[in-house]
Amino acid sequence: MAAEQKFTQQTWPESPEQATLEGKNKFLGFWLFLGGETVLFASLFATYLALKDSVPSDSHAKATDLFELPLVFLMTMLLLTSSLTSVFAMYHMKNYNFKKMQTWLFITVALGLGFLGCEIYEFNHYYHEYKHTFTSSAFGSAFYTLVGFHGGHVVFGLSWIIALMIRNARRGLNLYNAPKFYLASLYWHFIDVVWVFIFTVVYLMGMVG
Amino acid sequence: MANLQQNSNNPKASYEYRRKKHAEEMRMQVITFTMMIFFTVIAFAAVGAGFSKWFIIPFVLLLAVVQVIFQLYYFMHMSHKGHEAAQLFMYSGVLVGFITILTFLTIIWW
Repeated sequence: MAAEQKFTQQTWPESPEQATLEGKNKFLGFWLFLGGETVLFASLFATYLALKDSVPSDSHAKATDLFELPLVFLMTMLLLTSSLTSVFAMYHMKNYNFKKMQTWLFITVALGLGFLGCEIYEFNHYYHEYKHTFTSSAFGSAFYTLVGFHGGHVVFGLSWIIALMIRNARRGLNLYNAPKFYLASLYWHFIDVVWVFIFTVVYLMGMVG
Repeated sequence: MANLQQNSNNPKASYEYRRKKHAEEMRMQVITFTMMIFFTVIAFAAVGAGFSKWFIIPFVLLLAVVQVIFQLYYFMHMSHKGHEAAQLFMYSGVLVGFITILTFLTIIWW
C-alpha cells in the first residue's frame, strides 16, 4: 500500500499505523525509545528519592511544607482526561474520520495546556512563597529536575501534536501520517504514565513524610 | 472459521465487523478510564484521611502500578497482537529502572 494512496472508510486498513514498512519501523523504534525513556525517568526518580528533603538548614521548606493536594489532584485529572481524549482521537483515526480525530486532538491539547498552566503556577508559587528553587538545596535540584523534565515532555508532546494537526490540516488521513498521529498519542500516554508515578512518589508519598 | 474467511473476503461485512470491534474496544477504554479515576481518587483520599505512612506508601504504590498497567495495556494497546518487541523494550526498561532506584536508595545512605 502506497503512503499517499487515497482511502475510504471501507478500504482503510485495520492497523493503519503499521500498514507500511515505514510505519512498522517507526512503531518498533518508538517503543525502543519509550523503553529508554523509562530508564531515564527511573534514574531521575532514584535521584529524587535519594535527595528528598536534603536541605542545608531548617529554614528551608521540605516536601510536607510545600505540596498542596488539591492542585495536584486537579493536574492529575487534567492529564488523565487528556489521555482518554487522545484514545478517542485514535479511535476516530482507525475509523478514518479525520475531522473527529482533529477535534479530539484539539481537546487533548487544551487539557494539556491546562496542566502546564497549573505546573507553572505551582513552580512560581514555590519560588515566591518558600524560596524553593533549583539551587536552594539538593532537594530543590532533584525536585525540579524530575518534575521539570516531565513538564518539558508535556511541552514537547503538545508542540508535536499541534505541529501534526496544522501540518496535516488539509491533507486528511493517509498511510503517511497515520503512524505519526499514532506515535504522538503513544508519547502522550507515556507522559501520563510518568505522571502517575510523580503524583504517587513525589506528592502523595511526600505528604506522608 | 468459514465465517471469518467470508468476512475478510467481503469488504462491506469486514468493514462493519471492524467498526463494531472498534466500538467495543472504545467501551473497554472508557471502563478503564473510570477505574483509573477511581484509583486516583482512592489514593488521594487515603493520604487526605491521614492513615499511617506504613499503610499509605505501599497502598498508593500498588494503585500506581495497577494504573500504569491499565494505561500501557489498554490505552497504549500493549495487549494487542504484535506488541512482543514493545513488551521486551518496556520490561527491560523497567528492570534497569528498578535496579537504579534500588541502588540509589541503598548504596547512598547505608
